[in-house]
Amino acid sequence: MEVVMSFAIGFLFMAAVYLILSKSILRIIIGTGLLSHGAHLLILTMGGLGGEAPPVLADGVTNMADPLPQALILTAIVISFGVTAFFLVLAYRAYQELGTDNLDEIRRILADDD
Amino acid sequence: MNQVLLIFLPVLFALFVPLLYKTFSRIHTGWFVLLVPLTLAIYYARFIPNITEGPYTSTFYWVKSLDLSVTSYLDGLSLLFSLLITIIGSLVVLYSIFYLDRKKEQLHNFYFYLLMFMTAMLGVVQSDHLISLYLFWELTSISSFLLIGYWYNRDRSRFGALKSMMITVFGGLMMLGGFLLLAQAGGSYSIRELIANGSVIADSPYFIWMIVLILLGAFTKSAQFPFYIWLPDAMEAPTPVSAYLHSATMVKAGIYLVARLTPLFAVSEYWIWLVVLSGLITLFWGSFFSVKQTDLKGILAFSTVSQLGMIMAMLGAAGIAFHVESPQKTIFAFAAYAAIFHLVNHATFKGSLFMVAGIVDHETGTRDIRKLGGLMSLMPISFTIAAIGSLAMAGLPPFNGFLSKELFLTSMLSLKEFSLFNFSTWGPILPWVAFVASIFTFVYCLYFLYYTFMGKGNTSKLPKKPHEAPIGMLISPIILASLVVAIFFIPNVIGKYFIKPAVLAMQPQLYETIDDIPIHVQAWHGWTTELQMTIGIVVIGFLLFITLKKWQPIYRFVSEKWSLNGLYNRLMRFADVDSQKLSNLYMTGSMRHYLMYMFAFMVVAVISTLFMSNGFNYSTANTAEVGIFEIATLIVMIIGTLTVLIARTRLTAIIALGAVGYSVALFFIIFNAPDLALTQLVIETVSVALFLLAFYHLPKMSRHEERMPFKINNFLIALGVGVMVTLVALSAQSQKLLPSISQYYKDTVYTKAGGGNIVNVILVDYRGFDTLFEITVLAIAGMAILGMIKLRRPKKEKKTHETK
Repeated sequence: MEVVMSFAIGFLFMAAVYLILSKSILRIIIGTGLLSHGAHLLILTMGGLGGEAPPVLADGVTNMADPLPQALILTAIVISFGVTAFFLVLAYRAYQELGTDNLDEIRRILADDD
Repeated sequence: MNQVLLIFLPVLFALFVPLLYKTFSRIHTGWFVLLVPLTLAIYYARFIPNITEGPYTSTFYWVKSLDLSVTSYLDGLSLLFSLLITIIGSLVVLYSIFYLDRKKEQLHNFYFYLLMFMTAMLGVVQSDHLISLYLFWELTSISSFLLIGYWYNRDRSRFGALKSMMITVFGGLMMLGGFLLLAQAGGSYSIRELIANGSVIADSPYFIWMIVLILLGAFTKSAQFPFYIWLPDAMEAPTPVSAYLHSATMVKAGIYLVARLTPLFAVSEYWIWLVVLSGLITLFWGSFFSVKQTDLKGILAFSTVSQLGMIMAMLGAAGIAFHVESPQKTIFAFAAYAAIFHLVNHATFKGSLFMVAGIVDHETGTRDIRKLGGLMSLMPISFTIAAIGSLAMAGLPPFNGFLSKELFLTSMLSLKEFSLFNFSTWGPILPWVAFVASIFTFVYCLYFLYYTFMGKGNTSKLPKKPHEAPIGMLISPIILASLVVAIFFIPNVIGKYFIKPAVLAMQPQLYETIDDIPIHVQAWHGWTTELQMTIGIVVIGFLLFITLKKWQPIYRFVSEKWSLNGLYNRLMRFADVDSQKLSNLYMTGSMRHYLMYMFAFMVVAVISTLFMSNGFNYSTANTAEVGIFEIATLIVMIIGTLTVLIARTRLTAIIALGAVGYSVALFFIIFNAPDLALTQLVIETVSVALFLLAFYHLPKMSRHEERMPFKINNFLIALGVGVMVTLVALSAQSQKLLPSISQYYKDTVYTKAGGGNIVNVILVDYRGFDTLFEITVLAIAGMAILGMIKLRRPKKEKKTHETK
């Protein structure tokens, strides 16, 4: 399963980077979203997927999932949400002020302003 | 301790200079400043009688744990330089009091820089620690930069300041490299210990590099060919500065360094050849081109270049003494003595000449030799000083220049006696180079003297009506000129107290005490080759001077474009303009391009690291089984991602992103991470809602947009990143280099933290601070969002934008 997941994660990263390199702000934000999904799955996969029970102490459980990657991912999910929300509002405001969500046009407008 | 702290006396005093300038605006600030070099001169003079019993050391640690110290190390050589710095310093400050107008000039700046230089220079000549030597060395470059650019509103001043800085700091950095190699090989930063450890250093494979790098530092500082080009442009500095930094002290820092390191490097033939050759070329070049100059200070600048070359050549010849049997009894003993002796003499006569040039400039308003002439009757005292200085420089009796010039010829003649290192082949040419250069030296001395003070100049056309300078301005050059004459009559007194201790410090392996140095200087030393050469120099030089007008046009053949200055200018333009062009090629200002560089670099760096650390050992042991749920979720996720990529409308893309997010949540469930799944579901829902809010329900936003155009470059980089991540994931899965620390949490979660849900306990207990900061980040993001929504651009600004 880990091998399959590795390829899936690679695919997610590829899509994310391709989106991030585009001109539209919305696509860049979607790209960062995909990137964080990929990163979360990557951390989880690195820790191994072989656990048979959630990492909660219980009688009779011997092979539980690795708790450490899960703790890290939990933090990462929340942070990436904060970042995404911030980006969104930034893009929204930039659009309101400048009338476009194309990065090249934004640069041109700002250069004209100077 | 006092000894080392006194190095810093000038710069500490400098802190009070602006205060004194403001408070006592009716008294020239120079009078206060004068106290500093005078005090120091008296302090150092006390060492003179007993200096051979030294060296006197005193250490101050500034970073003790790194063994970084400033050690004041006073032996004959350091003391001689310290005395030069303080005595000439006193005279120059005295001179500047009359040269710089109290009301017009920014004296607090001037004296601040000057005092800073004094500390730096004392530091250079007294430091025993290589790093502190380097720091003081660069500080002299910086203070020189500031002093050359003192009249900062003039273009030429700024140009000259930058040029001197560029060249000397380049040399300084090279020298630092040499020092580091030296310290590495010798195991110490102390010059004393390194010299004691000389044989080990000579065996180092980097020995030749040390020599080249350190000599680059010395040659740039001491204006040797081809680095001399900064010195003529440094003449834009006020004349006291030219007299002090650019003839008497700072340019001799390179000489000092060569003399100081002679015991260490003279075993190498490269050292001897490099120093001798660069010295002789510089000597010839400087004297030849001095006759071309029309600016009084320009002539003196080139003559300084030439004289520095002469001292350098003698220092090179001094190294030979380490290669012959009992050099004390031979002709090879002369060079070291001659070098130090001429250094002192040069400081006296060149200092006085610069001051006279300053006086002429001050009283007539011009330094252009084509306008000057016939000043002898109007400025008799200045003329006398100039005559003494020039004739001493030309090497005529009864002035000190004659004695050291004779010794110079002796040491150059010694080169042809030397048989090692190919000197038997090339050595005989060297005295002839010295001879020719000395002829031109003679010519420019007469040129300077004659066309300023004699000849038929039209004094009424000068910008100012010339008259003799005020007495205060004349005191310093008179003192120096008297020294020029006095040294001629008492050379052996000077020799005993100043020169011989310095020679002893320079060649410690050769002499036990100063009495072993066999030199007794005499004005009349028989009908020798040296004397015959001097007579030849005078006769030919005089003939050349008379016919000057006939042969001076040959200088026109020297093209400006291909000169060293032209080279420097082109190099600077290249550094300025072409490097900007180059960086503009890739620094486009576009964020996407920068991201592409970063991703590309990351891919290359990570994959090559994987290759080098043998990270491609994949094993499929210990992997989980592939189940039907997993495959189904995977397909959903991949379809979602593809939909994002090819979506025609934003709505589709946003919804597809949501699908990917929910499938990630499903993965969390499948892989036994219920907490993650819960969080992911909540967050994904809120995110999608936010996306829709921001981009779908915005009234002005067009709801339809083209499909994203395919870009091959972006795709290749994205593909690279994808491959890299896959490789890393596979590698991380297959190779567990370190045991996981998860077991620790599993073992202690109940006993230490009292909880059962390990993930939750890690977040709130083991890594509580992490969570705290995470919340802080969220709070910051929230505040930023609030700020962005609430704050609006001021209306006014918006209007100007619209009118555009």
